[in-house]
Amino acid sequence: MLEIKNLHVKLEEEDKVILRGVNLNIGAGEVHAIMGPNGSGKSTLSYVLAGREGYEVTEGSALLQGEELLDMEPEERAAAGLFLAFQYPVEIPGVGNMTFLRTAVNAQRKARGEAELSSGDFLKIVRERAKTLKIDADMLKRPVNMGFSGGEKKRNEILQMAMLEPKMCILDETDSGLDVDAMKLVSEGVNALRDAGRSFLVITHYQRLLDHITPDVVHIMAAGRIIKTGGPELALEVENNGYADLLAEVE
Amino acid sequence: MSVQTKHRADLAVRLGAPLPKPAGFTQFARARAMARLQAMGLPHGRDEYWRYTAPDLLNGAVPDLGAQHPQGQLGAGLDPLVLTFCDGVFDAAASSDLALEGGQIALLSTATTDLHFAQDIYGSLEERGQTPVPRPFAALNTALAQEGVLLHITGKVARPILLNYTSKTKDCDAILHHCIKLDASAEATILEQGSLGARGNVVIEADLAAGSALHHIRSQTSDDAALAVTHLFARLHADAALKSFTLCAHGRLIRNETVIELLGDHATAHVAGASLIDGPDHHDDTVFITHQGRACESRQVYKNVLKNGAVGVFQGKILVRQSAQKTDGYQISQSLLLDGDSQFLAKPELEIYADDVKCSHGSTSGAIDDTALFYLQSRGVPRAQAQALLVLAFMAEAVGEIASPDLAEEMRAQIEDVLQRARL
Repeated sequence: MLEIKNLHVKLEEEDKVILRGVNLNIGAGEVHAIMGPNGSGKSTLSYVLAGREGYEVTEGSALLQGEELLDMEPEERAAAGLFLAFQYPVEIPGVGNMTFLRTAVNAQRKARGEAELSSGDFLKIVRERAKTLKIDADMLKRPVNMGFSGGEKKRNEILQMAMLEPKMCILDETDSGLDVDAMKLVSEGVNALRDAGRSFLVITHYQRLLDHITPDVVHIMAAGRIIKTGGPELALEVENNGYADLLAEVE
Repeated sequence: MSVQTKHRADLAVRLGAPLPKPAGFTQFARARAMARLQAMGLPHGRDEYWRYTAPDLLNGAVPDLGAQHPQGQLGAGLDPLVLTFCDGVFDAAASSDLALEGGQIALLSTATTDLHFAQDIYGSLEERGQTPVPRPFAALNTALAQEGVLLHITGKVARPILLNYTSKTKDCDAILHHCIKLDASAEATILEQGSLGARGNVVIEADLAAGSALHHIRSQTSDDAALAVTHLFARLHADAALKSFTLCAHGRLIRNETVIELLGDHATAHVAGASLIDGPDHHDDTVFITHQGRACESRQVYKNVLKNGAVGVFQGKILVRQSAQKTDGYQISQSLLLDGDSQFLAKPELEIYADDVKCSHGSTSGAIDDTALFYLQSRGVPRAQAQALLVLAFMAEAVGEIASPDLAEEMRAQIEDVLQRARL
């Protein structure tokens, strides 16, 4: 599904290298987790894949189902099936959440040459999916993420994911700022979307989220590289011992 | 040559050949307006309220008309009564029947002296509006107006009245003067749209009796090279309500002046503007609201989107007289600068003589929020569409001042059209 080869990235504005040769292969239907200390480049990796400005790719490639993501505009990446659930979902005053969702769904359908959803069909689907995430009508009416609590913002990200039905989902610290109940709700939302044709990359600091969303593969990232790859037990090891041992091992 | 003498010398050139002697029911008002104009002269860049908008183009010869953008009829779904003015002259063939349920319609050019309401209004609100700030182009309009509509609204008129401007002469210099009188508890909606020609000068004088309501929605989206200066003078008695909204896109130089007097208690005036200006065009909103009655409310909401070296100007004043206790005044002027070349110049003014008053004002200039733009793009919304969505969101507060949901939706659609056309 997603094939990242030797990805090197620096900041555009300053001469700071962040990713130093990331290699990652995620098969269809697989869930991978990336853990790592602060500043290791996890969020940068997610932003670079989604196409945020401000980063310069100096080497390497990232293929989504064989297509080069790095040559595409952010909206083309989305239409190709990439979705990033933001660590800090953005507030957009004046744009209604419902308008935002419908615009996004229809823009992607148009880009893929599919017919736009009628407002009746759209409403039906959005109401049903919002309900399972406990998102009420008021949250759908309000401007995007305005006045939402931390948990509501993250649930809103998952609702967008459910509506857009992407193939490759990146969750950037979706657990940050969530209480236990909200984490369970969000995880259930993610698990409901798991299927053989959809892959996930879960970026997190804590093993806790991985209790709910069980990964197939766990990667440890440090200093802009993946330094170790293993099964779910690797996350437990980090939880118990911290990163110090792993980092020492590599050095 | 002193400044005043220079102003008057310019005026002689601007007025050109000797003018016909005024006749008809407006003759005295016109003569007085001409005397006012001659006393004040044309505006000059050194005048306090013309420092940010150079009046030269308005003072000089008439330019050629630029490209016109076709526009659908405003309020078409609401079956408006259409009054068409072509090159400043009434075009009966392109107008509706002048019969109106709940009011009377007459034309300035053919009205007779027995039209008392018009005689009371014509030039008198304009004259009051000349102090403390002189408005030479309004006096010029009163003195020289070719045509206009005289509206006497006696009841609640559901059907909007559309003032539709067209032009066919390249160097047309249209001067229109409309008078609107609303009787107690009367209600009307006035729409304005179209091309005034190469240079337009429109004055509306509106007198709102107790409990009456006037909705004014204006679309200035037709001309690339047009110059226009407009004045809306309104006088509100107790419990009267005025809502005026203007969408402006295109036009080399547009200056919209709004002068409102809240005379009676509990009157409300909301004036709003949404402007999309592409360089080198220049747009100016100049507002003066006087609170005289008690517990009146006024709102000024102005949003400018500027790019390619466009200039936006906002001069907004709230004057609260000593009698106007419990005044609630609000003013916001904001600009969205789509590049580094454009300018927004804002001059908010509050002058308050009452002590129990709530008045707030704010002004901001900023760029499109890159984070929001990326967020939208990451959800699959193409960049141009995402930008348009954010521009619409920026203008939402101004468009929100339109009471009719249908007309508000039309204005939103027009903004989207302009965004697509101009690729702002």
